[in-house]
Amino acid sequence: MNMSAAKIEIETATPAASAAPVVAMTPKRPPRTEAYARMARQTAARVIPPLVVIALLTLVWELVCRRAGSALPPPSKVFKDTKELILDPFFDHGGIDKGLFWHLSASLQRVAFGYSLSAIAGIALGVLVGQSVWAMRGLDPLFQVLRTIPPLAWLPLSLAAFRDGQPSAIFVIFITSIWPIIINTAVGIRNIPQDYRNVAAVVQLNPLEFFSKIMIPAAAPYIFTGLRIGIGLSWLAIVAAEMLIGGVGIGFFIWDAWNSSHISEIILALFYVGIVGFVLDRLIAGIGKFVTRGTAQN
Amino acid sequence: MTAYLKLDHIDKVFTRGAATTEVLKEINLTIEKGEYVSIIGHSGCGKSTLLNIIAGLTGATTGGVLLENREVNSPGPDRAVVFQNHSLLPWLTVYENVRLGVDKVFSRTKSRAERDAWVMHNLSLVQMAHARDKRPSEISGGMKQRVGIARALAMEPKVLLLDEPFGALDALTRAHLQDSVMALHQKLGNTILMITHDVDEAVLLSDRIVMMTNGPSARIGEVLEVPLTRPRKRLELATSATYLKCRQRVLEFLYERHRFIEAA
Ligand SMILES: Nc1ncnc2c1ncn2[C@@H]1O[C@H](COP(=O)(O)OP(=O)(O)O)[C@@H](O)[C@H]1O
Ligand SMILES: [Mg+2]
Repeated sequence: MNMSAAKIEIETATPAASAAPVVAMTPKRPPRTEAYARMARQTAARVIPPLVVIALLTLVWELVCRRAGSALPPPSKVFKDTKELILDPFFDHGGIDKGLFWHLSASLQRVAFGYSLSAIAGIALGVLVGQSVWAMRGLDPLFQVLRTIPPLAWLPLSLAAFRDGQPSAIFVIFITSIWPIIINTAVGIRNIPQDYRNVAAVVQLNPLEFFSKIMIPAAAPYIFTGLRIGIGLSWLAIVAAEMLIGGVGIGFFIWDAWNSSHISEIILALFYVGIVGFVLDRLIAGIGKFVTRGTAQN
Repeated sequence: MTAYLKLDHIDKVFTRGAATTEVLKEINLTIEKGEYVSIIGHSGCGKSTLLNIIAGLTGATTGGVLLENREVNSPGPDRAVVFQNHSLLPWLTVYENVRLGVDKVFSRTKSRAERDAWVMHNLSLVQMAHARDKRPSEISGGMKQRVGIARALAMEPKVLLLDEPFGALDALTRAHLQDSVMALHQKLGNTILMITHDVDEAVLLSDRIVMMTNGPSARIGEVLEVPLTRPRKRLELATSATYLKCRQRVLEFLYERHRFIEAA
Protein backbone atom coordinates (compact mmCIF):
# COMPACT_ATOMS: atom_id res chain seq x y z
CA MET A 1 0.00 0.00 0.00
CA ASN A 2 1.12 3.53 -0.79
CA MET A 3 2.36 5.51 2.22
CA SER A 4 1.10 8.93 1.17
CA ALA A 5 -2.33 7.53 0.42
CA ALA A 6 -2.50 6.09 3.93
CA LYS A 7 -1.45 9.42 5.39
CA ILE A 8 -4.20 11.25 3.54
CA GLU A 9 -6.74 8.79 4.85
CA ILE A 10 -5.58 9.41 8.40
CA GLU A 11 -5.60 13.17 7.99
CA THR A 12 -9.08 13.22 6.54
CA ALA A 13 -10.20 10.87 9.26
CA THR A 14 -9.15 13.12 12.17
CA PRO A 15 -11.66 15.97 11.83
CA ALA A 16 -14.49 13.50 11.58
CA ALA A 17 -13.26 11.72 14.70
CA SER A 18 -13.03 14.91 16.74
CA ALA A 19 -16.39 16.06 15.46
CA ALA A 20 -18.10 12.85 16.45
CA PRO A 21 -18.30 13.38 20.25
CA VAL A 22 -19.75 16.85 19.76
CA VAL A 23 -22.51 15.37 17.64
CA ALA A 24 -23.04 12.57 20.11
CA MET A 25 -23.53 14.98 23.00
CA THR A 26 -26.07 17.30 21.40
CA PRO A 27 -29.27 15.20 21.42
CA LYS A 28 -30.76 15.98 24.80
CA ARG A 29 -32.60 13.32 26.68
CA PRO A 30 -36.34 13.99 26.80
CA PRO A 31 -37.35 15.03 30.33
CA ARG A 32 -39.09 12.50 32.56
CA THR A 33 -42.39 14.33 32.66
CA GLU A 34 -42.54 14.30 28.89
CA ALA A 35 -42.17 10.52 28.86
CA TYR A 36 -45.00 10.17 31.37
CA ALA A 37 -47.15 12.55 29.36
CA ARG A 38 -46.58 10.47 26.23
CA MET A 39 -47.50 7.28 28.10
CA ALA A 40 -50.67 8.92 29.41
CA ARG A 41 -51.58 10.09 25.91
CA GLN A 42 -51.08 6.59 24.51
CA THR A 43 -53.20 5.01 27.22
CA ALA A 44 -55.90 7.63 26.73
CA ALA A 45 -55.90 7.00 22.99
CA ARG A 46 -56.70 3.36 23.63
CA VAL A 47 -59.11 3.70 26.55
CA ILE A 48 -61.19 6.73 25.64
CA PRO A 49 -62.66 5.60 22.28
CA PRO A 50 -64.26 2.38 23.65
CA LEU A 51 -65.53 4.30 26.71
CA VAL A 52 -67.17 6.89 24.47
CA VAL A 53 -68.78 4.19 22.34
CA ILE A 54 -70.07 2.34 25.41
CA ALA A 55 -71.47 5.56 26.86
CA LEU A 56 -73.23 6.37 23.60
CA LEU A 57 -74.69 2.89 23.23
CA THR A 58 -75.92 2.92 26.82
CA LEU A 59 -77.54 6.26 26.20
CA VAL A 60 -79.29 5.03 23.04
CA TRP A 61 -80.42 1.87 24.86
CA GLU A 62 -81.74 3.95 27.72
CA LEU A 63 -83.65 6.26 25.38
CA VAL A 64 -85.10 3.43 23.29
CA CYS A 65 -86.17 1.22 26.19
CA ARG A 66 -87.39 3.85 28.60
CA ARG A 67 -90.65 4.32 26.76
CA ALA A 68 -93.60 2.61 28.36
CA GLY A 69 -94.41 -0.83 26.95
CA SER A 70 -90.89 -1.60 25.79
CA ALA A 71 -90.08 -5.33 25.86
CA LEU A 72 -86.60 -4.94 27.29
CA PRO A 73 -85.56 -2.98 30.38
CA PRO A 74 -83.38 0.11 30.03
CA PRO A 75 -79.93 0.07 31.68
CA SER A 76 -81.10 2.06 34.66
CA LYS A 77 -83.73 -0.58 35.43
CA VAL A 78 -81.29 -3.40 34.86
CA PHE A 79 -79.00 -1.88 37.43
CA LYS A 80 -81.82 -1.33 39.92
CA ASP A 81 -83.13 -4.90 39.51
CA THR A 82 -79.77 -6.61 39.78
CA LYS A 83 -78.10 -4.41 42.34
CA GLU A 84 -78.15 -7.15 44.95
CA LEU A 85 -76.70 -9.72 42.58
CA ILE A 86 -73.93 -7.33 41.61
CA LEU A 87 -73.11 -6.27 45.16
CA ASP A 88 -73.19 -9.74 46.70
CA PRO A 89 -71.93 -12.36 44.26
CA PHE A 90 -71.02 -14.77 47.08
CA PHE A 91 -74.36 -15.60 48.75
CA ASP A 92 -75.40 -19.22 48.94
CA HIS A 93 -78.97 -20.12 49.90
CA GLY A 94 -78.55 -23.76 48.93
CA GLY A 95 -79.66 -25.53 45.74
CA ILE A 96 -79.21 -23.35 42.70
CA ASP A 97 -80.02 -20.16 44.62
CA LYS A 98 -76.46 -18.93 44.73
CA GLY A 99 -74.53 -15.77 43.91
CA LEU A 100 -73.17 -15.22 40.41
CA PHE A 101 -69.66 -16.02 41.57
CA TRP A 102 -70.69 -19.60 42.29
CA HIS A 103 -72.44 -19.98 38.95
CA LEU A 104 -69.48 -18.64 37.03
CA SER A 105 -67.06 -20.71 39.02
CA ALA A 106 -69.06 -23.90 38.39
CA SER A 107 -69.07 -23.17 34.66
CA LEU A 108 -65.38 -22.35 34.70
CA GLN A 109 -64.58 -25.60 36.48
CA ARG A 110 -66.36 -27.58 33.78
CA VAL A 111 -64.50 -25.63 31.12
CA ALA A 112 -61.17 -26.13 32.88
CA PHE A 113 -61.73 -29.86 33.00
CA GLY A 114 -63.10 -30.37 29.48
CA TYR A 115 -60.65 -27.96 27.93
CA SER A 116 -57.62 -29.54 29.61
CA LEU A 117 -58.66 -32.91 28.24
CA SER A 118 -59.13 -31.50 24.77
CA ALA A 119 -55.81 -29.64 24.90
CA ILE A 120 -53.93 -32.81 25.81
CA ALA A 121 -55.77 -35.07 23.38
CA GLY A 122 -55.82 -32.40 20.69
CA ILE A 123 -52.08 -31.76 20.77
CA ALA A 124 -51.35 -35.50 20.83
CA LEU A 125 -53.62 -36.19 17.86
CA GLY A 126 -52.34 -33.10 16.06
CA VAL A 127 -48.75 -34.33 16.42
CA LEU A 128 -49.79 -37.74 15.09
CA VAL A 129 -51.60 -36.29 12.10
CA GLY A 130 -48.87 -33.73 11.40
CA GLN A 131 -46.09 -36.26 11.64
CA SER A 132 -47.50 -39.25 9.79
CA VAL A 133 -48.79 -39.05 6.25
CA TRP A 134 -50.92 -42.15 6.73
CA ALA A 135 -52.48 -40.91 9.94
CA MET A 136 -53.35 -37.72 8.11
CA ARG A 137 -54.87 -39.51 5.14
CA GLY A 138 -56.93 -41.69 7.43
CA LEU A 139 -58.01 -39.16 10.04
CA ASP A 140 -58.16 -35.80 8.34
CA PRO A 141 -61.40 -36.38 6.36
CA LEU A 142 -63.02 -37.63 9.55
CA PHE A 143 -61.92 -34.53 11.47
CA GLN A 144 -63.14 -32.24 8.72
CA VAL A 145 -66.63 -33.71 8.94
CA LEU A 146 -66.82 -34.03 12.73
CA ARG A 147 -65.68 -30.49 13.36
CA THR A 148 -68.70 -29.04 11.58
CA ILE A 149 -71.14 -30.66 14.02
CA PRO A 150 -72.58 -27.95 16.31
CA PRO A 151 -71.82 -28.40 20.05
CA LEU A 152 -75.39 -28.94 21.14
CA ALA A 153 -75.93 -31.67 18.58
CA TRP A 154 -73.52 -33.80 20.62
CA LEU A 155 -75.44 -33.29 23.85
CA PRO A 156 -78.26 -35.87 23.46
CA LEU A 157 -75.74 -38.49 22.40
CA SER A 158 -73.46 -37.82 25.33
CA LEU A 159 -76.40 -37.79 27.77
CA ALA A 160 -77.36 -41.19 26.40
CA ALA A 161 -73.82 -42.43 26.82
CA PHE A 162 -72.97 -40.98 30.24
CA ARG A 163 -76.48 -40.87 31.77
CA ASP A 164 -75.46 -37.86 33.82
CA GLY A 165 -75.32 -34.11 33.23
CA GLN A 166 -71.85 -33.36 34.55
CA PRO A 167 -69.77 -35.69 32.36
CA SER A 168 -72.01 -34.88 29.40
CA ALA A 169 -71.30 -31.17 29.75
CA ILE A 170 -67.59 -31.86 29.95
CA PHE A 171 -67.76 -34.11 26.93
CA VAL A 172 -69.52 -31.41 24.94
CA ILE A 173 -66.74 -28.94 25.80
CA PHE A 174 -64.14 -31.51 24.89
CA ILE A 175 -65.63 -32.42 21.54
CA THR A 176 -66.28 -28.79 20.62
CA SER A 177 -62.87 -27.40 21.36
CA ILE A 178 -60.65 -30.26 20.22
CA TRP A 179 -60.88 -29.75 16.44
CA PRO A 180 -59.10 -26.42 16.08
CA ILE A 181 -56.42 -27.69 18.47
CA ILE A 182 -55.83 -30.83 16.40
CA ILE A 183 -55.88 -29.04 13.08
CA ASN A 184 -53.61 -26.16 14.09
CA THR A 185 -51.14 -28.45 15.83
CA ALA A 186 -50.96 -30.63 12.74
CA VAL A 187 -50.32 -27.63 10.50
CA GLY A 188 -47.60 -26.44 12.90
CA ILE A 189 -45.89 -29.83 12.89
CA ARG A 190 -46.09 -30.06 9.11
CA ASN A 191 -44.54 -26.59 8.80
CA ILE A 192 -41.44 -27.33 10.87
CA PRO A 193 -38.63 -26.14 8.60
CA GLN A 194 -36.44 -28.86 7.12
CA ASP A 195 -33.47 -26.96 8.58
CA TYR A 196 -34.57 -27.73 12.14
CA ARG A 197 -35.02 -31.39 11.24
CA ASN A 198 -31.53 -31.39 9.74
CA VAL A 199 -30.07 -29.85 12.90
CA ALA A 200 -31.80 -32.51 14.99
CA ALA A 201 -30.47 -35.22 12.69
CA VAL A 202 -26.86 -33.99 12.84
CA VAL A 203 -27.02 -33.68 16.63
CA GLN A 204 -28.71 -37.12 16.72
CA LEU A 205 -31.63 -36.23 18.95
CA ASN A 206 -33.73 -39.28 19.79
CA PRO A 207 -37.47 -39.18 19.01
CA LEU A 208 -38.38 -38.07 22.53
CA GLU A 209 -35.83 -35.24 22.51
CA PHE A 210 -36.94 -34.28 19.01
CA PHE A 211 -40.51 -34.05 20.26
CA SER A 212 -39.73 -31.88 23.27
CA LYS A 213 -36.84 -29.80 21.96
CA ILE A 214 -37.78 -29.20 18.32
CA MET A 215 -41.33 -30.19 17.54
CA ILE A 216 -43.24 -28.57 20.38
CA PRO A 217 -41.33 -25.26 20.43
CA ALA A 218 -41.35 -24.99 16.63
CA ALA A 219 -45.09 -25.66 16.45
CA ALA A 220 -45.92 -23.64 19.57
CA PRO A 221 -47.25 -20.55 17.76
CA TYR A 222 -49.66 -22.74 15.77
CA ILE A 223 -50.60 -24.79 18.83
CA PHE A 224 -51.50 -21.64 20.73
CA THR A 225 -53.61 -20.38 17.84
CA GLY A 226 -55.58 -23.62 18.14
CA LEU A 227 -55.76 -23.39 21.92
CA ARG A 228 -57.06 -19.85 21.70
CA ILE A 229 -59.83 -20.74 19.25
CA GLY A 230 -60.56 -23.79 21.42
CA ILE A 231 -61.06 -21.85 24.65
CA GLY A 232 -63.53 -19.54 22.94
CA LEU A 233 -65.48 -22.50 21.61
CA SER A 234 -65.56 -24.25 24.98
CA TRP A 235 -67.02 -21.17 26.64
CA LEU A 236 -69.67 -21.00 23.89
CA ALA A 237 -70.42 -24.67 24.38
CA ILE A 238 -70.68 -24.68 28.16
CA VAL A 239 -73.18 -21.84 28.38
CA ALA A 240 -75.39 -23.54 25.81
CA ALA A 241 -75.01 -27.02 27.33
CA GLU A 242 -75.81 -25.87 30.88
CA MET A 243 -79.11 -24.42 29.73
CA LEU A 244 -80.26 -27.91 28.90
CA ILE A 245 -78.52 -29.81 31.69
CA GLY A 246 -79.43 -27.59 34.63
CA GLY A 247 -77.73 -27.35 38.00
CA VAL A 248 -75.37 -24.65 39.17
CA GLY A 249 -73.75 -22.79 36.28
CA ILE A 250 -74.09 -19.54 34.41
CA GLY A 251 -75.91 -21.19 31.51
CA PHE A 252 -78.68 -22.53 33.67
CA PHE A 253 -78.78 -19.26 35.60
CA ILE A 254 -79.72 -17.54 32.33
CA TRP A 255 -82.31 -20.20 31.51
CA ASP A 256 -83.76 -20.00 35.03
CA ALA A 257 -83.95 -16.19 34.79
CA TRP A 258 -85.80 -16.53 31.48
CA ASN A 259 -88.30 -18.93 33.00
CA SER A 260 -88.97 -16.49 35.85
CA SER A 261 -89.03 -13.53 33.42
CA HIS A 262 -86.11 -11.77 35.12
CA ILE A 263 -84.89 -10.08 31.98
CA SER A 264 -82.53 -7.79 33.90
CA GLU A 265 -80.77 -10.80 35.39
CA ILE A 266 -80.30 -12.26 31.92
CA ILE A 267 -78.69 -9.03 30.77
CA LEU A 268 -76.37 -8.98 33.77
CA ALA A 269 -75.43 -12.64 33.16
CA LEU A 270 -74.69 -11.94 29.49
CA PHE A 271 -72.43 -9.13 30.57
CA TYR A 272 -70.49 -11.50 32.85
CA VAL A 273 -70.36 -14.23 30.19
CA GLY A 274 -68.85 -11.77 27.77
CA ILE A 275 -66.27 -10.51 30.24
CA VAL A 276 -65.25 -14.02 31.29
CA GLY A 277 -64.97 -15.14 27.67
CA PHE A 278 -62.81 -12.14 26.92
CA VAL A 279 -60.56 -12.82 29.93
CA LEU A 280 -60.18 -16.50 28.98
CA ASP A 281 -59.18 -15.54 25.45
CA ARG A 282 -56.66 -13.01 26.70
CA LEU A 283 -55.32 -15.48 29.23
CA ILE A 284 -54.51 -18.09 26.58
CA ALA A 285 -53.16 -15.40 24.25
CA GLY A 286 -50.96 -14.10 27.08
CA ILE A 287 -49.65 -17.55 27.97
CA GLY A 288 -49.00 -18.17 24.28
CA LYS A 289 -47.13 -14.92 23.94
CA PHE A 290 -45.02 -15.71 26.98
CA VAL A 291 -44.25 -19.29 25.95
CA THR A 292 -43.46 -18.48 22.32
CA ARG A 293 -41.41 -15.36 22.98
CA GLY A 294 -38.43 -15.63 20.67
CA THR A 295 -40.05 -18.30 18.52
CA ALA A 296 -41.72 -15.67 16.41
CA GLN A 297 -39.96 -15.65 13.08
CA ASN A 298 -37.08 -13.21 12.90
CA MET B 1 -2.23 -39.72 -0.18
CA THR B 2 -4.13 -41.02 2.83
CA ALA B 3 -7.86 -40.79 2.42
CA TYR B 4 -9.53 -39.41 5.52
CA LEU B 5 -12.82 -38.69 3.82
CA LYS B 6 -13.52 -40.57 0.62
CA LEU B 7 -16.38 -40.05 -1.80
CA ASP B 8 -16.63 -43.26 -3.77
CA HIS B 9 -18.48 -43.31 -7.11
CA ILE B 10 -21.40 -41.25 -5.90
CA ASP B 11 -24.43 -40.94 -8.18
CA LYS B 12 -27.60 -39.19 -7.18
CA VAL B 13 -30.91 -39.50 -8.99
CA PHE B 14 -34.00 -37.68 -7.73
CA THR B 15 -37.28 -39.34 -8.53
CA ARG B 16 -40.42 -37.30 -8.35
CA GLY B 17 -43.42 -39.25 -9.56
CA ALA B 18 -42.54 -40.51 -13.01
CA ALA B 19 -39.84 -37.87 -13.60
CA THR B 20 -36.26 -38.65 -12.70
CA THR B 21 -33.33 -36.24 -12.72
CA GLU B 22 -29.77 -37.37 -12.42
CA VAL B 23 -28.16 -34.61 -10.38
CA LEU B 24 -24.72 -36.06 -9.61
CA LYS B 25 -22.71 -38.47 -11.72
CA GLU B 26 -19.59 -40.39 -10.71
CA ILE B 27 -18.28 -38.17 -7.93
CA ASN B 28 -14.92 -39.41 -6.68
CA LEU B 29 -12.89 -37.40 -4.22
CA THR B 30 -10.49 -38.05 -1.38
CA ILE B 31 -9.72 -35.53 1.31
CA GLU B 32 -6.81 -35.68 3.71
CA LYS B 33 -6.91 -34.98 7.38
CA GLY B 34 -6.57 -31.27 8.10
CA GLU B 35 -7.22 -30.29 4.50
CA TYR B 36 -9.44 -27.36 3.51
CA VAL B 37 -11.33 -28.24 0.34
CA SER B 38 -13.82 -26.03 -1.47
CA ILE B 39 -16.46 -27.13 -3.94
CA ILE B 40 -17.37 -24.48 -6.47
CA GLY B 41 -19.94 -24.59 -9.25
CA HIS B 42 -22.88 -22.76 -10.66
CA SER B 43 -26.13 -22.54 -8.79
CA GLY B 44 -28.26 -25.67 -9.07
CA CYS B 45 -25.46 -28.00 -10.14
CA GLY B 46 -25.84 -30.16 -7.06
CA LYS B 47 -23.37 -28.81 -4.52
CA SER B 48 -25.82 -28.83 -1.63
CA THR B 49 -27.01 -32.27 -2.65
CA LEU B 50 -23.44 -33.53 -2.48
CA LEU B 51 -22.89 -31.94 0.93
CA ASN B 52 -26.14 -33.44 2.22
CA ILE B 53 -25.02 -36.86 1.02
CA ILE B 54 -21.74 -36.49 2.91
CA ALA B 55 -23.63 -35.27 5.99
CA GLY B 56 -25.94 -38.29 5.69
CA LEU B 57 -29.04 -36.12 5.38
CA THR B 58 -29.69 -37.48 1.87
CA GLY B 59 -28.82 -40.93 0.65
CA ALA B 60 -26.67 -41.47 -2.45
CA THR B 61 -28.35 -43.49 -5.19
CA THR B 62 -25.17 -45.49 -5.76
CA GLY B 63 -21.73 -45.21 -4.27
CA GLY B 64 -20.91 -44.16 -0.75
CA VAL B 65 -19.02 -42.00 1.70
CA LEU B 66 -16.13 -43.38 3.73
CA LEU B 67 -14.82 -41.57 6.79
CA GLU B 68 -11.62 -43.12 8.16
CA ASN B 69 -12.36 -46.15 6.00
CA ARG B 70 -15.78 -46.70 7.51
CA GLU B 71 -18.93 -46.17 5.51
CA VAL B 72 -21.21 -43.46 6.87
CA ASN B 73 -24.78 -43.20 5.67
CA SER B 74 -26.69 -41.54 8.47
CA PRO B 75 -26.22 -38.07 9.91
CA GLY B 76 -24.02 -37.59 12.96
CA PRO B 77 -21.96 -35.06 14.89
CA ASP B 78 -18.73 -36.39 13.36
CA ARG B 79 -19.81 -34.50 10.20
CA ALA B 80 -21.22 -31.29 11.66
CA VAL B 81 -22.82 -28.91 9.19
CA VAL B 82 -22.90 -25.12 9.12
CA PHE B 83 -25.99 -24.34 7.07
CA GLN B 84 -26.30 -21.42 4.69
CA ASN B 85 -29.17 -19.80 6.59
CA HIS B 86 -27.61 -20.43 10.03
CA SER B 87 -30.51 -22.70 11.17
CA LEU B 88 -30.24 -21.63 14.78
CA LEU B 89 -33.29 -22.61 16.80
CA PRO B 90 -35.03 -19.27 17.44
CA TRP B 91 -36.50 -20.29 20.81
CA LEU B 92 -33.08 -21.06 22.29
CA THR B 93 -30.42 -18.56 23.31
CA VAL B 94 -27.02 -18.51 21.66
CA TYR B 95 -25.64 -20.55 24.55
CA GLU B 96 -28.47 -23.09 24.46
CA ASN B 97 -28.11 -23.55 20.72
CA VAL B 98 -24.50 -24.60 21.14
CA ARG B 99 -25.23 -26.53 24.31
CA LEU B 100 -27.84 -28.70 22.54
CA GLY B 101 -25.14 -30.40 20.47
CA VAL B 102 -22.59 -30.47 23.26
CA ASP B 103 -25.00 -32.21 25.65
CA LYS B 104 -25.64 -34.96 23.13
CA VAL B 105 -22.07 -35.51 21.97
CA PHE B 106 -20.39 -35.36 25.37
CA SER B 107 -23.18 -36.77 27.55
CA ARG B 108 -20.85 -39.57 28.72
CA THR B 109 -17.43 -38.04 28.51
CA LYS B 110 -17.81 -34.58 30.03
CA SER B 111 -19.35 -33.47 33.31
CA ARG B 112 -21.98 -30.75 33.46
CA ALA B 113 -19.42 -28.11 34.39
CA GLU B 114 -17.03 -29.27 31.69
CA ARG B 115 -19.77 -29.06 29.08
CA ASP B 116 -20.60 -25.55 30.19
CA ALA B 117 -16.96 -24.54 29.93
CA TRP B 118 -16.69 -26.22 26.52
CA VAL B 119 -19.68 -24.29 25.19
CA MET B 120 -18.20 -21.02 26.42
CA HIS B 121 -14.81 -21.95 25.00
CA ASN B 122 -16.30 -22.48 21.56
CA LEU B 123 -18.33 -19.31 21.76
CA SER B 124 -15.18 -17.36 22.55
CA LEU B 125 -13.39 -19.01 19.61
CA VAL B 126 -15.85 -17.23 17.33
CA GLN B 127 -15.92 -14.09 19.54
CA MET B 128 -19.53 -14.62 20.56
CA ALA B 129 -19.14 -15.26 24.30
CA HIS B 130 -20.56 -11.81 25.02
CA ALA B 131 -23.89 -12.71 23.37
CA ARG B 132 -24.47 -15.98 25.23
CA ASP B 133 -27.93 -15.03 26.52
CA LYS B 134 -29.18 -13.38 23.35
CA ARG B 135 -31.71 -15.04 21.08
CA PRO B 136 -30.95 -15.46 17.37
CA SER B 137 -33.47 -12.75 16.48
CA GLU B 138 -31.46 -10.26 18.55
CA ILE B 139 -28.13 -10.67 16.75
CA SER B 140 -26.93 -9.80 13.24
CA GLY B 141 -26.61 -12.20 10.31
CA GLY B 142 -22.84 -12.44 10.68
CA MET B 143 -23.17 -13.17 14.39
CA LYS B 144 -25.71 -15.91 13.73
CA GLN B 145 -23.33 -17.53 11.31
CA ARG B 146 -20.58 -17.34 13.95
CA VAL B 147 -22.82 -19.12 16.42
CA GLY B 148 -23.61 -21.70 13.73
CA ILE B 149 -19.87 -22.28 13.35
CA ALA B 150 -19.41 -22.52 17.13
CA ARG B 151 -22.24 -25.06 17.33
CA ALA B 152 -20.57 -27.20 14.67
CA LEU B 153 -17.06 -26.82 16.13
CA ALA B 154 -18.26 -27.69 19.62
CA MET B 155 -19.27 -31.17 18.42
CA GLU B 156 -15.60 -31.80 17.60
CA PRO B 157 -16.45 -33.09 14.13
CA LYS B 158 -13.99 -35.14 12.14
CA VAL B 159 -15.07 -33.17 9.09
CA LEU B 160 -16.65 -29.74 9.21
CA LEU B 161 -19.12 -29.22 6.38
CA LEU B 162 -19.92 -25.65 5.35
CA ASP B 163 -22.74 -24.99 2.85
CA GLU B 164 -22.18 -21.49 1.45
CA PRO B 165 -21.65 -20.26 5.00
CA PHE B 166 -21.06 -16.63 4.01
CA GLY B 167 -23.42 -16.45 1.06
CA ALA B 168 -26.07 -14.35 2.76
CA LEU B 169 -23.67 -11.80 4.29
CA ASP B 170 -22.51 -8.39 3.12
CA ALA B 171 -18.98 -8.13 1.74
CA LEU B 172 -17.33 -6.66 4.85
CA THR B 173 -18.90 -9.12 7.27
CA ARG B 174 -18.05 -11.93 4.89
CA ALA B 175 -14.37 -10.95 4.76
CA HIS B 176 -14.30 -10.76 8.54
CA LEU B 177 -15.78 -14.24 8.90
CA GLN B 178 -13.49 -15.70 6.27
CA ASP B 179 -10.54 -14.45 8.30
CA SER B 180 -12.03 -15.99 11.44
CA VAL B 181 -12.52 -19.36 9.76
CA MET B 182 -8.98 -19.25 8.40
CA ALA B 183 -7.64 -18.52 11.87
CA LEU B 184 -9.70 -21.35 13.37
CA HIS B 185 -8.49 -23.79 10.73
CA GLN B 186 -4.93 -22.73 11.46
CA LYS B 187 -5.39 -23.11 15.19
CA LEU B 188 -7.47 -26.29 15.39
CA GLY B 189 -6.39 -28.09 12.20
CA ASN B 190 -9.91 -29.23 11.28
CA THR B 191 -10.70 -31.00 8.08
CA ILE B 192 -13.08 -28.70 6.25
CA LEU B 193 -15.26 -29.12 3.19
CA MET B 194 -16.86 -25.88 2.06
CA ILE B 195 -19.31 -25.10 -0.69
CA THR B 196 -19.09 -21.69 -2.27
CA HIS B 197 -19.89 -19.82 -5.42
CA ASP B 198 -17.36 -17.08 -4.72
CA VAL B 199 -14.08 -17.53 -6.57
CA ASP B 200 -12.02 -15.27 -4.29
CA GLU B 201 -13.33 -17.01 -1.22
CA ALA B 202 -12.42 -20.40 -2.66
CA VAL B 203 -8.86 -19.37 -3.52
CA LEU B 204 -8.27 -17.51 -0.28
CA LEU B 205 -9.37 -20.31 2.03
CA SER B 206 -8.71 -23.61 0.27
CA ASP B 207 -5.88 -26.05 -0.15
CA ARG B 208 -7.75 -27.52 -3.08
CA ILE B 209 -10.67 -26.31 -5.16
CA VAL B 210 -13.07 -28.85 -6.64
CA MET B 211 -14.83 -27.42 -9.70
CA MET B 212 -18.12 -28.96 -10.70
CA THR B 213 -19.62 -28.99 -14.16
CA ASN B 214 -23.17 -27.82 -14.73
CA GLY B 215 -26.04 -30.15 -14.04
CA PRO B 216 -27.89 -32.25 -14.75
CA SER B 217 -25.48 -35.11 -14.17
CA ALA B 218 -22.85 -32.79 -12.70
CA ARG B 219 -19.37 -34.25 -12.41
CA ILE B 220 -16.13 -33.03 -10.95
CA GLY B 221 -14.63 -31.11 -13.86
CA GLU B 222 -11.27 -30.21 -12.40
CA VAL B 223 -9.44 -30.10 -9.09
CA LEU B 224 -7.04 -27.22 -8.51
CA GLU B 225 -4.29 -27.17 -5.89
CA VAL B 226 -3.76 -23.78 -4.29
CA PRO B 227 -0.05 -23.69 -3.43
CA LEU B 228 -0.18 -20.63 -1.18
CA THR B 229 1.55 -20.82 2.16
CA ARG B 230 -0.36 -20.31 5.35
CA PRO B 231 -1.09 -18.12 7.20
CA ARG B 232 -2.53 -16.20 4.28
CA LYS B 233 -3.07 -12.47 4.36
CA ARG B 234 -5.90 -11.09 2.29
CA LEU B 235 -4.09 -7.89 1.37
CA GLU B 236 -0.78 -9.49 0.44
CA LEU B 237 -2.53 -12.07 -1.71
CA ALA B 238 -4.18 -9.40 -3.82
CA THR B 239 -0.87 -8.92 -5.60
CA SER B 240 0.46 -12.48 -5.38
CA ALA B 241 1.06 -14.06 -8.77
CA THR B 242 0.08 -17.53 -7.56
CA TYR B 243 -3.18 -16.20 -6.17
CA LEU B 244 -4.03 -14.43 -9.38
CA LYS B 245 -3.15 -17.50 -11.45
CA CYS B 246 -5.40 -19.75 -9.34
CA ARG B 247 -8.19 -17.23 -9.50
CA GLN B 248 -7.81 -16.98 -13.27
CA ARG B 249 -7.94 -20.74 -13.59
CA VAL B 250 -11.21 -21.04 -11.67
CA LEU B 251 -12.77 -18.12 -13.51
CA GLU B 252 -11.88 -19.72 -16.82
CA PHE B 253 -13.45 -22.96 -15.78
CA LEU B 254 -16.67 -21.34 -14.59
CA TYR B 255 -17.16 -18.67 -17.20
CA GLU B 256 -15.62 -20.10 -20.37
CA ARG B 257 -15.62 -23.84 -20.33
CA HIS B 258 -18.71 -24.38 -18.20
CA ARG B 259 -20.62 -21.19 -18.64
CA PHE B 260 -23.96 -21.24 -16.88
CA ILE B 261 -26.67 -21.61 -19.48
CA GLU B 262 -29.85 -20.23 -18.14
CA ALA B 263 -32.81 -22.53 -18.54
CA ALA B 264 -35.65 -21.14 -20.68
N1 LIG C 1 -35.43 -33.26 -2.99
C1 LIG C 1 -35.23 -33.00 -4.29
N2 LIG C 1 -36.04 -33.57 -5.21
C2 LIG C 1 -35.85 -33.31 -6.52
N3 LIG C 1 -34.88 -32.54 -7.02
C3 LIG C 1 -34.05 -31.95 -6.16
C4 LIG C 1 -34.17 -32.16 -4.74
N4 LIG C 1 -33.19 -31.45 -4.13
C5 LIG C 1 -32.50 -30.83 -5.10
N5 LIG C 1 -33.00 -31.14 -6.33
C6 LIG C 1 -32.48 -30.68 -7.60
O1 LIG C 1 -31.12 -30.98 -7.65
C7 LIG C 1 -30.40 -29.95 -8.30
C8 LIG C 1 -29.23 -29.52 -7.43
O2 LIG C 1 -29.69 -28.80 -6.31
P1 LIG C 1 -28.68 -28.25 -5.20
O3 LIG C 1 -27.85 -29.38 -4.72
O4 LIG C 1 -29.48 -27.53 -4.19
O5 LIG C 1 -27.80 -27.23 -6.04
P2 LIG C 1 -26.74 -26.16 -5.55
O6 LIG C 1 -26.56 -26.30 -4.07
O7 LIG C 1 -25.51 -26.47 -6.31
O8 LIG C 1 -27.26 -24.82 -5.93
C9 LIG C 1 -31.38 -28.83 -8.58
O9 LIG C 1 -31.70 -28.85 -9.95
C10 LIG C 1 -32.57 -29.18 -7.76
O10 LIG C 1 -33.75 -28.81 -8.40
MG1 LIG D 1 -26.99 -24.87 -2.44
